[in-house]
Amino acid sequence: MTKNKYLMFLGCAVPYRVSAYEISARKVLKGLGVELAEMPEFNCCGLPIDPVSHETMLILAARNLALAERAGLDIITLCPGCAGTLKKVNKMLKEDKHLCKEINEHLQEAGLEFKGTVDAKHILQVLREDVGVKRIKEAVVKPLTGLKVAEHNGCHILRPKEFIGFDDPEDPQTLKMLIEATGATCLDYMDETECCGAPSVGVNDKIALQLARDKLNNMKKVGAQAMITICAFCHIMYDTNELRIERMFNETYGIPVLHYPQLLGLAMGIKPEELAFNELRVDASKILKQVCEEGKVYA
Amino acid sequence: MRCFQCGTCTSDCPIARFSDTYRPRQIIRMAQLGLRDRVLNSDTLWLCAACFTCTDRCPQDVEVASVIRVLRNLAAEKGCIPQVFREEASSILETGYAYRIPDLRIKKRETLGLPPLPKGNVESIKKSLRGVSFLKHLEKKEN
Repeated sequence: MTKNKYLMFLGCAVPYRVSAYEISARKVLKGLGVELAEMPEFNCCGLPIDPVSHETMLILAARNLALAERAGLDIITLCPGCAGTLKKVNKMLKEDKHLCKEINEHLQEAGLEFKGTVDAKHILQVLREDVGVKRIKEAVVKPLTGLKVAEHNGCHILRPKEFIGFDDPEDPQTLKMLIEATGATCLDYMDETECCGAPSVGVNDKIALQLARDKLNNMKKVGAQAMITICAFCHIMYDTNELRIERMFNETYGIPVLHYPQLLGLAMGIKPEELAFNELRVDASKILKQVCEEGKVYA
Repeated sequence: MRCFQCGTCTSDCPIARFSDTYRPRQIIRMAQLGLRDRVLNSDTLWLCAACFTCTDRCPQDVEVASVIRVLRNLAAEKGCIPQVFREEASSILETGYAYRIPDLRIKKRETLGLPPLPKGNVESIKKSLRGVSFLKHLEKKEN
């Protein structure tokens, strides 16, 4: 049965830094008939704390799952890190009774219990599996024919495969399929599945920026007019740092970084201002002009 | 650990490409040899981006990224906790969110047509985390 209602789990980075992602995702999901309920209360998915305390991560993730179980709804997230963490902990607790008991002893202190009755999915998985490419194509009223873009999946939507598992980490197809559904062309480029570098910001900025630069160079080589992301952190990494990388390494890119729902929204005929294009730091006016002029795309 | 030191993890590691010091294979080797202090005190331990490429590609099914996470957890137990994690942990305990989201940003949601941000149930979070040794450690450090 196709599910059409989800509990929206925003996570921390989306409301903190990238409202354009949330605005465009809500518009697009509404347009596709996906209903959203809001999380009744909130705590971080746990991922940021995993490096220093695995136990804290497990409890935080299980809390969120227990809250969703109370609401009786599967979780949808915009952040691959949140989706990956909730998926992973869900699976771990379902498969390991001893661990489950241990974590539940913590949750019981707050009157909660993990039972393992809901699922957690990233918006990409919902679009592919529950909405389906067919329904998305039907919703496209303004195909973005002629627009050439490059996808950036990021790490946590793909790996570790054992826990995420809906796409091939070595040759991911979901985002490509969803981009092609808008009528745009999704270009292949070198090292597509490589990390954006964001997790290294704050630990070693130079490494992080070099990684991002490499990606931008590879996208530029194939002539990408825009980069499409589905992760808050990847988006921040590129959109916030592109100009800095240009200055630092004497490069020129001019590649706007779009959240996938912004691209899909354009194809669905939603106006750019309603998709929060004004929140992007790298100027996207060139491609908007190309896409929006007389409702047609000029290659 | 079934690691036979083939080096797939290091050669596929995005961080190792740009770092002169970070080598996941070396970290795994140190762990195998039981060089506890050397590996736990090493700065390079904190460079892993947790992209899980090494885990997915290891021909011996060593969960390299998870081993590194375990080592980091052990280092944290000894009190070696980089500032960024301290800040995130305290923010979660005080707000539910890993980052302190400015009030302006929360208020702006309304003008952007977004629903109010769900509030963190801080009391409930604290109750759930009762007895977690990591947090005791944090408090000790803060005093």
